[in-house]
Amino acid sequence: MLTGHDIRDRIARRESTAVEAVQAALAAAAAAEPTLKAYLTLTPERALARAAEIDARLARGEACGILAGVPVAVKDLFCTEGVKTTSGSKILANFVPPYSATVVSRLEAAGAVIIGKTNMDEFAMGSSCENSAFFPTRNPWDPERVPGGSSGGSASTVGARSVPIALGTDTGGSIREPASFCNVVGVKPTYGRVSRYGIIAFASSLDQAGPLTVDVRDAADTLEAIAGHDPMDSTSVDTPVPHYAAALREDLRGVRIGIVQEFEASIAGDAKMAALYKAAYAELSRLGASLVPVSLAHAKYGLATYYLIAPAECSSNLARYDGARYGVRVDGDGDVYQMFEQTRAAGFGAEVKRRIILGTYALCSGYYDAYYVRAQKVRTLMKKDFDDAFAVCDVIACPAVSCPPFVLGAKADPVAMYLMDYFTIPMSLAGIPALSVPAGYVDGLPVGLQIAAPAFEEARMLGVAYAYEQATRFAWSASPKIGVA
Amino acid sequence: MSEVPIDIAHIAKLARIALTESESAAFSAQFSRLFDFIAELQALDVEHVPATAQVIPIFNVMRDDTIRESLDRAFALRNAPDVEGPYFKVPRILE
Repeated sequence: MLTGHDIRDRIARRESTAVEAVQAALAAAAAAEPTLKAYLTLTPERALARAAEIDARLARGEACGILAGVPVAVKDLFCTEGVKTTSGSKILANFVPPYSATVVSRLEAAGAVIIGKTNMDEFAMGSSCENSAFFPTRNPWDPERVPGGSSGGSASTVGARSVPIALGTDTGGSIREPASFCNVVGVKPTYGRVSRYGIIAFASSLDQAGPLTVDVRDAADTLEAIAGHDPMDSTSVDTPVPHYAAALREDLRGVRIGIVQEFEASIAGDAKMAALYKAAYAELSRLGASLVPVSLAHAKYGLATYYLIAPAECSSNLARYDGARYGVRVDGDGDVYQMFEQTRAAGFGAEVKRRIILGTYALCSGYYDAYYVRAQKVRTLMKKDFDDAFAVCDVIACPAVSCPPFVLGAKADPVAMYLMDYFTIPMSLAGIPALSVPAGYVDGLPVGLQIAAPAFEEARMLGVAYAYEQATRFAWSASPKIGVA
Repeated sequence: MSEVPIDIAHIAKLARIALTESESAAFSAQFSRLFDFIAELQALDVEHVPATAQVIPIFNVMRDDTIRESLDRAFALRNAPDVEGPYFKVPRILE
């Protein structure tokens, strides 16, 4: 199994070429695709042409970047100039963006070669990839099960080792939960660390792009490639991007790791999951870390807070899909309002409609203070919980998920699906970085450990994750049913 | 389960989505479960807590007001469902 840095190093040593690496990735993706259905669009010609360019530049002795020649995939909500971008929705089924997202440009500037656009829950609303308007994606560890969501296609294709690196977005857990389900590393950066320009918006105060990768080193390299200030996104922060790989460490001596008491009480009800996380904390301790209890007293309000703020922002963001300027149009009886209502009725799936209705309600005059403003105030309390916790610990270690990947159709009730993000939503609301790293197996299915750090301390977080990964090597200790060994 | 305070037909009108009757009925039942969670927030005393709209300390980002190239018109129209000349074409708005 090759990582992104393995591929880059082999190409740099002239043992392989970017074209060979891309051909191998395309072949692996094609072999897995009939089962996994991880991609909405594959772009073999474009990828091979770009790989040939990288090889030519390397042959001339040019430096091609930290991901030179590495095949990657990106979630289908990153705008890619000239390549169809649907956000998993029928309303954008034929949308071809006239420009690329900043992260796509940066990934390509770092030498990465995009082989395709991955499947996702429609407009990133979902935790299983079953809300894709096109088809569900399957989990490479068991194709009867979901890959998680909303970045399910990205997690699935990295989990199957078709590509070592993919990009996703995380609004309430949409990178971390699928990473846990597919046995890969998934990083949600600090809000503002990565540009959102050209990313089809869901909830603008929460959305953040990040990598899903085979290992922590690939996550560090990819984050370094995509992070940084972007004049096109006024919420991207102008602080220097560290060389994250330099922060990777082998032991955890002197590191204080917070264990969230409320989360431990919650996971205790499932003996197998509780045992897995207990073993993970013991391993962190064995590596030299000191474990300290911390409290996130308002975490239990996370779901309620999130399901007011995110739908409110979504109802506003998705107002642009009206059939006038791009996307699908359904004509009514000649009246423009009929056109809007019919276009949106036909173009959006059930979950998207549900959230637009909920969000429109939360923003209605008369209810705005009772719901939206109150949720924003609870968000302040949640952020303060983390500030207090990080006064006594350097990072937090906690569950990424409450269960291993579930079978398709098992969470038909929307609220049951919403509960999947119980452990990931608080970090999203507080805007802090968090990741999921493979932590072992329950009944043969992968489960991830979540590590969270204070704002802009991704280097510290990746350092802890690397020590844990190298000591345990769960990503290497078993093989998925579907994919490259 | 909580009583759902939402007039779904009215909200759907505001959101400009033509919902079917079965969609409205399904949403009503689902919102009722969700409002069990949301009601918990009402118990918290947040009177003196400031609201957090976003979490990073950035305010009023400005750029120079200079003329620069924008998206090519033909490019901008390429995804339009209907065009007439250099314009997006939509159904009549004014009588």
